[in-house]
Amino acid sequence: MQFWIIQGLNSLSLGGLLFLLSSGFSLIFGLMRLANLTHGAFFMLGTYFAATAMRTYDDLNIWVTALGAGIAVAAVGGLFERLVLTRLKANPLGQVLVTLGMSFIISDACLMFWGGDSIPVPTPPNLQSPTRVFGFVFPTYRLVLVGCAIATATLLYFLIERTRLGAMIRAGVDDRQMARAVGIPVSNLFTLVFCLGAGIAGAGGVLGGPILSAYPGLDADMLPLALIVVILGGIGSLLGAFIGSFIIGIIYTFGTALFPELAYIILFLPMIFVIAFRPQGLFGRVGT
Amino acid sequence: MTASTFSYALEVVNLKKAFGGLAVTQNVSLSIRPGERRLIIGPNGAGKTTLFNQISGDLRPNSGSIRLFGSDITHLPPYKRAHFGLSRTYQIITLFTGDTLEHNVTLGLLGLRRARWQMWRPLSFYGNMTTEARRTLDAVGLLQLATHPISDIAYGERRRVELAMALAQQPRVLLLDEPLAGLSNTERATVKSLIASIPRQTTVIMIEHDMDTALDLAETVTLLNYGRVIVDGERDAVIADERTREVYLGT
Amino acid sequence: MKWIGAALLAGSLLLPPLFAGDFYINLASQILIAAIFALSLNLLVGFGGMTSLGHASYLGVGAYISALLTSRYGFGHGAAALLSIAGTTAMAAFFGVIALRASGLGFLMITLALSQVLWGLAYRMSNVTNGDNGVAGLTRPAPFGISLDSPISFYWFALIVATFALVMMAIFVSSAFGSSLKGVRDQPRRMAALGFNPWLIRWITFVYAGFWGGVAGLLYVYYHKYIHPTSLSTTSSAEALLGVIAGGSGTLGGPAVGAALVLLLKNYVSAYLERWNMLLGLVFLFIVLVMPTGIVPGVSRLTTRLRGGVR
Repeated sequence: MQFWIIQGLNSLSLGGLLFLLSSGFSLIFGLMRLANLTHGAFFMLGTYFAATAMRTYDDLNIWVTALGAGIAVAAVGGLFERLVLTRLKANPLGQVLVTLGMSFIISDACLMFWGGDSIPVPTPPNLQSPTRVFGFVFPTYRLVLVGCAIATATLLYFLIERTRLGAMIRAGVDDRQMARAVGIPVSNLFTLVFCLGAGIAGAGGVLGGPILSAYPGLDADMLPLALIVVILGGIGSLLGAFIGSFIIGIIYTFGTALFPELAYIILFLPMIFVIAFRPQGLFGRVGT
Repeated sequence: MTASTFSYALEVVNLKKAFGGLAVTQNVSLSIRPGERRLIIGPNGAGKTTLFNQISGDLRPNSGSIRLFGSDITHLPPYKRAHFGLSRTYQIITLFTGDTLEHNVTLGLLGLRRARWQMWRPLSFYGNMTTEARRTLDAVGLLQLATHPISDIAYGERRRVELAMALAQQPRVLLLDEPLAGLSNTERATVKSLIASIPRQTTVIMIEHDMDTALDLAETVTLLNYGRVIVDGERDAVIADERTREVYLGT
Repeated sequence: MKWIGAALLAGSLLLPPLFAGDFYINLASQILIAAIFALSLNLLVGFGGMTSLGHASYLGVGAYISALLTSRYGFGHGAAALLSIAGTTAMAAFFGVIALRASGLGFLMITLALSQVLWGLAYRMSNVTNGDNGVAGLTRPAPFGISLDSPISFYWFALIVATFALVMMAIFVSSAFGSSLKGVRDQPRRMAALGFNPWLIRWITFVYAGFWGGVAGLLYVYYHKYIHPTSLSTTSSAEALLGVIAGGSGTLGGPAVGAALVLLLKNYVSAYLERWNMLLGLVFLFIVLVMPTGIVPGVSRLTTRLRGGVR
């Protein structure tokens, strides 16, 4: 029983983490029709940022760090979008290839700067003591992660559905030409959304730090998970990314616990199932 | 209509198509006899091209059926319908711009032949196909440009190549989606005479936005509006019909 | 002009073994292997219009099957090679069905996800694949009793296979089927309306590309006598894709030239720096931004502009 509860919580916290990772990816893909292959690297940048910042300043608050990393990574993303991606508007394949190139550059830069060893990120001291729920003892931080995902999902929901900015984003997703024709500044919107997506990934990297640690190859581990979540949940659907993240979190956690060597195949299976029977994902729009 | 040996060339029965809440095809039924020249007209947004797309298989209807010479093709993918003798041209010209006219028409011929699966012999091996392609180009008056790339020729000539490709396979039913769109007066006259000279073995169904020019090519007319068939019958009867006037003039 | 080019090519392929030292002969062998791999990818990218970021799957799986069958299960090289090719081709058939449910970006993402899953498996199923240690101590086959251990003999072997691969792929793309493939690449809707089955044409091409990727994988593992999960990585797929783009996906031989350039660059850089990945990324950015149609057209455009600018 203990096993199931613990793995259940681990699934939820992994799911929360995956949502922080893939919500940005889904947003960017939904609006800009761009498969941002740099996304894993953005996440990893956040983790390394946290590793250094929080080990240098012992009492640095993790939320501040997440905000800082989010802003820093958003800035990197924004520069990249403005300097490189905007020049490739007519070349969607080229856009994907430069995001791939950028991911190599960032991951190699991290390797150069931080070396090849794994650097743990300290769990914030006030969240270190376990919580008791119904007689079971849970690591508090993992519960907090789930809370973060829900908070982010709620904030994004309000942003997209209830604000004017969100309305412009939705218009751009539905019909880019029309949006431009009615005066929506589509290219500025693109930069904004790319920064937002990158920033959430960076902040997610900080929050995931205590669980994952910063290590070379973190980006390559995270990117396929983001891809699988978005394939499963549907492109451009935040609800799909949310539900997809938790489904993958559950499958991956229980899979690794029960069949450690085959965990990757088990990840594979829902993706194949979805592609075979519902290529638009669980929640994606038909005929995107 | 209980005769079992008589088959309509194309029969559309209670076709329905909706995108979300928007109904684009509402209970459309058509019966087109072999050899007929049918014109489908209607204002913008009436659902003419959507109807064509369902007949050619590019769109799946929500309900209803489509029969080609008695065979139910409703659930067949587009490429299989070609093998049943269906051919079409598009509103937007979809030729292979980097290739020669001859190559374009040859591809038109290759689609129904087993040679398309040939993985070691090149196309040039099939001399009879090349001859046939050239003959088709000659029939549309473009043989002298056979070895030119499509990118070299004028819009009106491209329309004729488009037509040549569709006719090369000697289809049983030919769908022409606005074949006269964007043509100058002389080009229009050439294309019209080409359409008029299509043999009777091919049933021709046309969409035209510009009624005046296309009417002399038509024997029967179907008027669509808001995805519904409003009037359907012999050309002169449809033109004289009250409802036709309403659709085009009144609201 | 063409004859001079052909003579130069023949010269550069046939002369090295006679004059150059072992290092250069080995480099030439590696170039041939990379060329076959890039050519197989270009069947998909250039001729099929399907950009895949997971082609390393076929190289890696082809290599691993041969490596494991010979070193662990006592298979002879002949049988191992046949099983490897069969296995890789079967995998391509299966992956093709999955990946071709989408096109464009969706296809790209699925091929990437699939190859990453294989890469992860190679690392984690360590009791089968030996994980991060890779499989070492492998041998080269001895076709007809001829040993391939010396650099020269391996080079001739690679050259024969590469020539065969090039000829087969040339026949494929200039065949009637090849014309159908190019048509589907350019105007899929029109081709369907004409009676061609776009899905089947793409799937057959996907399988054929996977087949040759597997052949490249065999040569790869024979050459290195070692295989490691890195061969299945996205970097490996990206290097091949860069070779295709840099050399120009519009021609049959372009990707081979591009692959040669990428390999030479990698070798040169690795001798002095550890930052190959970063350089690879930068070269990607450069090629896509400055010379998207490939180095040859890009360079000629640059020189024309320079000449015009001087005047």
